Amino acid sequence: MADEALFQFLHNEVIQYIYKSAEGGETENGRNITKLENMGFRVGQGLIERFTKDTARFKDELDIMKFICKDFWTCVFKKQIDNLRTNHQGIYVLQDNKFRLLSQLSAGKQYLEHAPKYLAFTCGLVRGSLSNLGVKSIVTAEVSVMPACKFQVMIQKL
Amino acid sequence: VLVLSSYNNSELFTLTYGALVTQLCKDYENDEEVNKQLDKMGYNIGVRLIEDFLARSSVGRCQDFRETADVIAKVAFKMYLGITPSVTNWSPAGDEFSLILENNPLVDFVELPDNHSTLIYSNLLCGVLRGALEMVQMAVDVRFAQDTLRGDNVTEIRMKFIKRIEENLPAGDE
Repeated sequence: MADEALFQFLHNEVIQYIYKSAEGGETENGRNITKLENMGFRVGQGLIERFTKDTARFKDELDIMKFICKDFWTCVFKKQIDNLRTNHQGIYVLQDNKFRLLSQLSAGKQYLEHAPKYLAFTCGLVRGSLSNLGVKSIVTAEVSVMPACKFQVMIQKL
Repeated sequence: VLVLSSYNNSELFTLTYGALVTQLCKDYENDEEVNKQLDKMGYNIGVRLIEDFLARSSVGRCQDFRETADVIAKVAFKMYLGITPSVTNWSPAGDEFSLILENNPLVDFVELPDNHSTLIYSNLLCGVLRGALEMVQMAVDVRFAQDTLRGDNVTEIRMKFIKRIEENLPAGDE
């Protein structure tokens, strides 16, 4: 069983690697965020494959989102999502008041601009997991006050 | 109520590691470059991981290389990867040994494609060990001697003690 800390160290190193030659331009940053998100997507798909082998089919979309918030988040981040809101029209906001992967970043305001780098992989993770559960989505995230963050999931109707 | 099957967290690490290696193979032209990059990244992780390890394991200063080997195998590997490699093949001088991993969690479900025969998939581990030990004043050489991904029966990591690194004391200290 690999330790959580090991994943966090790896996650940080992956971010450093992706950004190593970053010039800081908008396009470059966007490309890097996409790379991280895509990596997360593939990992999310793989995770779900092993996760839900024994579980019964989900009742509905909300059921799936609750699974993500409770079981999935607990297994990946050792805690549940603190708050789930939805407009019942395909938009869900998942709030994590103490997001594990932001814990390495200092809480100062000057680090806020780097926060998206630390959220991209997880956005992909969620999107990939949902994808393997038959749900197409767009996942974004934002930080208002460290280390709390919100993941917004927009379900795409096929 | 949904019950998860026997999920353990190593999947997240293993899958992420796999995604990283895939990305590196895309970014670099040959296996040698990927191996180097994995080692470098491992080193960066190692120099930080050691602090985490020392804080959580309450292991004291090792008296000699033999003790170091035992701590690495029985405490560190257990803590971070959930496995306990065996320590064998000591050199007569006692400065080199092997870690034998019956199974390597990093390579679950991994198969090397044909065009990557010289890829040292788990090379991150070598860097981690090297970086971590450097922070406790030991310069070591770490390499894979056997790799199940390349057809060997076991995975063998060979560690060689090079020298003690002098601690940098600020000028003026006795």
